Amino acid sequence: MLGRTASSLYWMSRYVERAENMARLLEVGYRISLMPGAIEGHRDEWRSTLTSAACEQSYTEKHGDIDGAKVIHFLLFDESNSSSVKSCLKTARNNGRAVRTALTRDVWESLNSTWNELAQIAPENITSDRLPEFLEWVKQRAMGFRGALLGTMLRTDNYYFSQLGNFIERADNTARILDVKYFILLPRPSDVGSDLDTQQWAQVLRSVSAHRAYRWFYKDSHYKPWLVSEFLILKEEMPRSLLFTYNWVNLALDGLGELYGSRYACHEIAMETHDRLKNGNMEQIFQNGLHEFLQDFMAANNSLSQSIATTYNFP
Amino acid sequence: MFAPNGSVRAPYARVEKWLENLGNEVIERALRESEARFRRQGITFAVYGDDKASERLIPFDIVPRIFSASEWRRLSAGIEQRVRAMNAFLHDLYHRQEILRAGRIPYDVIIQNEAFVPEMVGVNPVKGIYAHIMGIDIVRVNENEFYVLEDNCRTPSGVSYMLEDREAMMFLFPELFAQQRVAPVENYPAMLRKTLDSVAPPTTRNEPTVVVLTPGIHNSAFFEHAFLADEMGVELCEGDDLFVSDGWLYMRTTQKPRRVDVVYRRIDDAYLDPLAFRPDSNLGVPGIFDVYRAGHVTLVNAPGTGVADDKSIYTFMPDIIRFYTGDKPLLNNVPTWRCSHAGDLSYVLEHLSELVVKEVHGSGGYGMLVGPTSSKAEIELFREKIKTRPTNYIAQPTLALSAVPTFTQSGIAARHVDLRPFVLSGDQIRITTGGLTRVALKEGSLVVNSSQGGGTKDTWVLED
Repeated sequence: MLGRTASSLYWMSRYVERAENMARLLEVGYRISLMPGAIEGHRDEWRSTLTSAACEQSYTEKHGDIDGAKVIHFLLFDESNSSSVKSCLKTARNNGRAVRTALTRDVWESLNSTWNELAQIAPENITSDRLPEFLEWVKQRAMGFRGALLGTMLRTDNYYFSQLGNFIERADNTARILDVKYFILLPRPSDVGSDLDTQQWAQVLRSVSAHRAYRWFYKDSHYKPWLVSEFLILKEEMPRSLLFTYNWVNLALDGLGELYGSRYACHEIAMETHDRLKNGNMEQIFQNGLHEFLQDFMAANNSLSQSIATTYNFP
Repeated sequence: MFAPNGSVRAPYARVEKWLENLGNEVIERALRESEARFRRQGITFAVYGDDKASERLIPFDIVPRIFSASEWRRLSAGIEQRVRAMNAFLHDLYHRQEILRAGRIPYDVIIQNEAFVPEMVGVNPVKGIYAHIMGIDIVRVNENEFYVLEDNCRTPSGVSYMLEDREAMMFLFPELFAQQRVAPVENYPAMLRKTLDSVAPPTTRNEPTVVVLTPGIHNSAFFEHAFLADEMGVELCEGDDLFVSDGWLYMRTTQKPRRVDVVYRRIDDAYLDPLAFRPDSNLGVPGIFDVYRAGHVTLVNAPGTGVADDKSIYTFMPDIIRFYTGDKPLLNNVPTWRCSHAGDLSYVLEHLSELVVKEVHGSGGYGMLVGPTSSKAEIELFREKIKTRPTNYIAQPTLALSAVPTFTQSGIAARHVDLRPFVLSGDQIRITTGGLTRVALKEGSLVVNSSQGGGTKDTWVLED
């Protein structure tokens, strides 16, 4: 397989995943913006959404003050923002188009019709009341893409590179949301355990579609920061947890290792990160600092991405 | 579809009945379905200089163009003769140049031709073939007469539309195919693969490694490049994916570099190799031309084939065919005036309103004048252009092109068509049974190019 094909498959999946995550983040921002402003700290929700999406700086450079409608437009439709939903879907589709031959018809048509439908949507029609419907559409399309991929692609290198992009992006996303919410939204020790606290953690879970799963899993309707963090970092039952994503990253890398008959540095980096999660416990993580832990994780995740690119000759 | 006396020609008999019973509603639904199908699959082409609609669909017409088996046999024989002569001509031009010595074509026409590649002189392509893939544009002017309008032997496109049009027809109207035997076209990718394999260099080890080389996703025919690579089961490469090392061509893979034997390149000569041709090209592969000259890789088509499809050479084609085959041409050229000749030039300038004037090196329907449908101002503007650079133009009469029924906004109406069969030359000559029919969708228009609002039709060759 061409190095460029591998690279395109990887980025195609990464960008679809990123579009879906962006939709989830906006869902949360939108929900909070609808809440009565009584709970202090919520007025900053759009800023926090931008930070979680790693778009705060580029937004401020372009628009200055935070304004709900502008934030929504920036994160959904602004093509100068490479992480907007529109940019993500465009990049994903361009990557897919470049390697059309490596995709099944179902995967390609899923990507292509998503893009065609999006091109028909006028941003000015996505007013606040129609936002939830649109975000739902984005999520559905992303899930449809993944379904086509899982259901029709041969389990060869095409599939493995797509999976790597998907789960490395998801890992980065979960880690970033947890880090931002924890670090920025809870700066004051006095807030811990307050109503505000509970609300914030509920939103963290919501942004990874895990608020109900949490209750089922812990048989507890009260969100505890400790458990929420554990759920999103260490629980492999949870499909957006860091450990879960690394299980899949390793499966894909093992697949490549077996197919090509060689293992490289990227296999070791991934295994190390996986083992740290597998053997980790929350007590220790909190003791050493959750923020530091997450920063380390994101750095390792990023170096894995780079190592994969070098190893498999991405252009 | 109609004979001069107004009766329906035999091959169309069944389709004519079918059309009669087909309500506009059914047709409109079929058109909607086919459009959604093309759109979903991404069967699009890009129009240069049009940012907004950077990807468009080529309009597809649901009424097929039909040939009988005997008509097709005649046409095929003429095409095969022409293609053989063309390859012999190219071999001669880049070797002994007998045809120039014999005075049948002036030296200047060749030597001053921009498409002539002096670096190719003395190079011996595998099996002596230069134009492995050709598209011959043909028009029908009456019951028994076909004219060749143009030879395309650089990188003719459109074969993917031929294949997808057939797919669409079989999907929309399967009953039509049950009623009569239509010769298949879907074996084209397999034929292409066989042809490419057959011209692999003798240094090839085991199965030849074939790739399609594309300029990338922004090229107007990118869909076709991807489509053909996919159908043939070979890699689709951009220039960056290939590199030269120690005199051999390799592709960069996720594992070890892999040697490449045959490159079906959809990149023009000038951009093929920045070390040999245009140094500013970043589409090509540095050093690939040296590998080619050393006989370590086959380029399809060979560099320098463009000289044979140049419109200034076109007028010599009847001589070329006689010179290399010793036979009378089976397919005629459209009568053509060369503006480089003083006599022809004055005739052309006097009759501009009746003629079609084309640039010698142009393609794609750009930069041409269709006299009968142009305004006075447009004609005068063109007159000045011709006077300034007469050698740059040729002129042809406007032909009574055959017209076939086509679905238009005001129902089924006659529209002008041409035909591009695709011809492969390798271990043998293979011709598609059918081809791409292009249709001018505007009433009275003779311009069928997709960049100028033309559409396509499925083309049927009925089996006996």
